[in-house]
Amino acid sequence: MKIKKNIAISDSGFIFNPSTGDSFSVNPIGLEIIKQLKEEKSGDEIKKHILKTYAIDEATVEKDFYDFLKMLEQNKLSAENEKVN
Amino acid sequence: MAKLQYERPLIQKLNTGTMNKFGTRTEYRPFTEIDGAKVQDLIKDYGSPLFVISEKTIRDKYNDANRAFKTRYPKVQFAWSYKTNYISAVCNVYHQLGSWAEVVSGFEYNKALKSGVPGNKIIFNGPDKTVEELKLAIENNSLIHIDHLDELYTIIELTNEINKRPKVAIRVNMDTGIYPMWDRFGFNYENGQAWDAINKIVLTDKMDLVGLHCHIGTFMLAPSAYGMGASKLSELALAIRKKYGKTIQYIDMGGGFASKNTLKGSFLSGADTTPPIDDYAEAITTAILNAGFLEEELPTLYLETGRALIDEAGYLLGTVISNKRLSDGRKATIMDFGVNILFTAFWYDHKITPAQEFSHYTENSVMYGPLCMNIDVVRENVTLPPMKKGDHVVVHTVGAYNMTQWMQFISLRPAVVMVDLQGKAHLIRKRETLSNIDASEEMPVYLKEFKL
Amino acid sequence: MEPTTLIAQPPVKDKKGKRRKITVAVTGLNAIDSPGPGVAVIRALRESSEYEVRIIGLSYETLEPGIYMHELVDKTYQIPFPSAGIDNIYERLEYITSVEKIDVLFPNFDAELYNFIKMADKLKQELSIHTFLPTMDQFEARHKSNLVEYGKKNGISVPNSKMIFSTAEIPSLTKEFTYPMVVKGKFYEAAIAYNPDQVASHFNKISAKWGLPIIIQQFVHGAEVNVCAIGDGKGNTIGAVPMRKQYITDKGKAWAGIALDDEKLLEETRKLFAATKWRGGLELEYIKTSDDEYYLLEINPRFPAWVYLTVGCGQNQPEAYVKLALGESVQPMTKYDVGKMFIRYSWDMIVGLDEFEKISTLGEL
Repeated sequence: MKIKKNIAISDSGFIFNPSTGDSFSVNPIGLEIIKQLKEEKSGDEIKKHILKTYAIDEATVEKDFYDFLKMLEQNKLSAENEKVN
Repeated sequence: MAKLQYERPLIQKLNTGTMNKFGTRTEYRPFTEIDGAKVQDLIKDYGSPLFVISEKTIRDKYNDANRAFKTRYPKVQFAWSYKTNYISAVCNVYHQLGSWAEVVSGFEYNKALKSGVPGNKIIFNGPDKTVEELKLAIENNSLIHIDHLDELYTIIELTNEINKRPKVAIRVNMDTGIYPMWDRFGFNYENGQAWDAINKIVLTDKMDLVGLHCHIGTFMLAPSAYGMGASKLSELALAIRKKYGKTIQYIDMGGGFASKNTLKGSFLSGADTTPPIDDYAEAITTAILNAGFLEEELPTLYLETGRALIDEAGYLLGTVISNKRLSDGRKATIMDFGVNILFTAFWYDHKITPAQEFSHYTENSVMYGPLCMNIDVVRENVTLPPMKKGDHVVVHTVGAYNMTQWMQFISLRPAVVMVDLQGKAHLIRKRETLSNIDASEEMPVYLKEFKL
Repeated sequence: MEPTTLIAQPPVKDKKGKRRKITVAVTGLNAIDSPGPGVAVIRALRESSEYEVRIIGLSYETLEPGIYMHELVDKTYQIPFPSAGIDNIYERLEYITSVEKIDVLFPNFDAELYNFIKMADKLKQELSIHTFLPTMDQFEARHKSNLVEYGKKNGISVPNSKMIFSTAEIPSLTKEFTYPMVVKGKFYEAAIAYNPDQVASHFNKISAKWGLPIIIQQFVHGAEVNVCAIGDGKGNTIGAVPMRKQYITDKGKAWAGIALDDEKLLEETRKLFAATKWRGGLELEYIKTSDDEYYLLEINPRFPAWVYLTVGCGQNQPEAYVKLALGESVQPMTKYDVGKMFIRYSWDMIVGLDEFEKISTLGEL
C-alpha cells in the first residue's frame, strides 16, 4: 500500500490530508509506519523493521500493522488504485 | 541494543468533538498496586478476573462515617447491610469495627447468626420473612422491621404460641421531595397507613414498638431529603410518645448514601458530585436534635449504610482477551469480565485504569465483556492507552452489590481476596469450580447415559 | 486582520500612565454563532484602565475562535472537559501554572462552574489563583427547578412552576396553572402548550431528550428584558445594565440589543443582590408584563456573551470582577449610557494550518 503523495506529515505526529481537509494525530510508531510507506517501502520491510526495533512478537505486529493499514484506507489516506499488500 | 517498548500504531481523526486528551491523565494513569499488593502478583496468584477488597479502605471509610455521625449525635449505631456485600470476611471487618447486622432474608439472617452476630444485634428488614424465620427472630430477640400488614398479623398470631414479646419497628415511607418516591416498602406516612399500623401494634399489646425505620431511596445525592425523612420520623416518634406515653428507642434512617461512582448519563464525575458523609450526617442529626425530644429520651440513630462504606474498597482486576475493529471503525476491547460479574456496569460508568505503564497516547474504545450476549458492555466509551492481549486493567469502586448480585452465567465466578493492613492478600472466597455448580444438580437415572 | 478593529477605544491609563500587570485565564473562547462570553470578557479586560492584562485562554475544543485571536489572547491551553473531573482539571491547571503565573481565573460556562466553585479554595491556596464565584449554595439554589422556591425565599416574583414526572399529573395542573403553560426540560428546551394534549406531547418529546423531571411554568405575557450585573457577595450591586434584545438569531441568541433606562428593573436587580448576596457576574432574564410587573425567568450564573455592552455603556463589569477577585475594593457603578446598542457580527479569520496543528497536537498555542 502507498500513502497519497500530497499528505503532509509533521514530526509532532500531525497528519493533514489536503484533498479531504481532514487532519489526524498518530503516535510515534504510527508516524514511523506512515513515513516508511511514503518512502514506498513494502509491508514486509516495514514489519521487519518494527520487529527489529521493538520488543514484540511477529503475530502481534502482523495483526496491528494490517489494522493500521485498514484505518489509513478508511480515512482515505492510501493512494487510490493501489492494492493493499 | 535493547529493543524499545512496543505500542500499537494509532491514528485518530482530530476535532471529532470527543474529549481532548490534554490533562485527562488520571483515568489512564496506571494503577499498579492496591495497598501495597501488586496487581500483577495478585493476578498471577489468584487468576483473572479477580475481585480485591481493601481492608484499609473499609476501615478508613467506616471510621470516617462513624466520626461524622458521632461528633454530631450522642447515640449512633451502624448495622452492616448484608445485601451490599455478604462475604463473611467482609462482614466480620464491619463487626470488628462495631457494626451490627442488617439483613433482608432468612438466608442473610442465618449467615449473620453463623458468623456469631448475637440475635439481638440483627435488624431483620424486607418484605419476605417466612413464619419460620419470624419465629426464629422473635426467639432471638432480633429487631423485626415490619413491612406490611400481613406481616404484622402473622407476628400477632405467633405471639400466641411463643411466650415472648417481639421487638418490632415499622418501616415508614414518605415524601421527601425525591423522585421516584419509594412507596412500595413499609407504611405510608402521609396517608395515615403508618398510624394504622402503630395503633394496631400498641393496642393489641403483644409486642414492643421499639423503633421507626425509613429507607428513602438508593444512591441519593441530596442530603436534604434525609433531613426531611428524619424530621418526619421524629415527629411520628414524638406523637407516639404523646398519644401512648411510649418512648421510641431508635430511629433507623436506612441506607442509600451515594458512593463516588458516576451514574450513567450524568455529566459531572461522581467523584466530584457525591456529597461527603458529613453532609448526610449534618442533615440527619440536625433534624433529630431539633425535633423536640427530651434529652434523656433522644432515640438512638441506626444507620444501615452499605454502598457508601464498601464501594470504594472494592476493585475488579481483569485482562484483555482481544482487540477488535467494529464495522464503523470504532475500536472494541474484549475483557475477561463482563456484566455477569460486574452487574453495576448497568448503572455506572466505572472508572477503569490500566495496570501497566503506557505512553500518553490514547484511543477511544468500547469495552465488552466475554459473554456471547449483546448486552455485555462494560463501558460504552472509554479512553485508554492502546491495550494488547494479556494487558491488565483495574476497575474501581465495585465493592457494593457486585459480589452479591453476580451471576453464575456462562462462566464461573472469580475469586475474591482481601488485602490486609500490611499489604498481604488473603483469599476470602475461592474461585468457583464446576463441582460447586453441579454438586446441587440431580440426574434422573434414565438420562444418565447417551451415545453420540 | 487589523488588531485595532476589535478594540473600540484605546485603553485609558492612570495618572502615571502605567497600569498594573496581571494575568487572567479566561474560558468560553467559542465566539461562534451561539457565542460563549470569553472573547467579550477579554475585550473588556483589554480596555481596563487599571490593569495591563496578559490573557491566557483556556479552550475545550480546537476550533474555538478565541484561540486564534492573538491580539486578544496571548496564549491558549487546552483543558479537559468538566466531565473529566476535578482532579484532571486541577492537574492541568497545575501544569499551566508551572509555565504561567495566573492571578485570576475567569470561567464563563455554566457547565464548568460546579467544578471551579468546588476547587476555588484549593486554587487559591495551592496555585495562588483568585476567583470570584458564587457560593455552591447560591449556584445550586438558582437552578431552574428551584426557582419558585428561590423567588419565595428572596421576595422575587417568579412565574409559578412545578416539576412533574408523569403525564398522569397533567389533568390536575389546572388547579395551579392556567393555559397557556410553558413545558420545559430540566436543562434545555422549552415549548408553549395551550391545552393538555399539547402538554402531553411536549412532555414526551422533551423528556425523551433530556429526561425527567419536566418543569411546567405559568406562561406570562410580556416582553423579555435582561440584565447583566455583578454583585460583591455582600449584597451590594456593583454594576447593572438592563438590555432588551432587538433581534434574535434562529438559535434564540441576541443579535442586537439596546441598553434600557428602566429604574424599576434596576430596583428588582438590587433587591435580588441584597437578598441573595450573589457573588460574581450574572445575567437575569425577566418578563415585563403590560402592567409593568417583572417576573424573573432565569438566572444565568455568569456574565452573558453581550457583557461587552456594559463596557460600551461605561461600566466595565469584567474589570470590576477581576478587582473583586483580587480582593480590592470596588465602588458600585450606578451610571451607564442609555441607548447604546450592540450589534453582533461574524468575522472570518484566516488561520494557518500550523496553528491548528499546534493546538491539536501540543494542546497549546
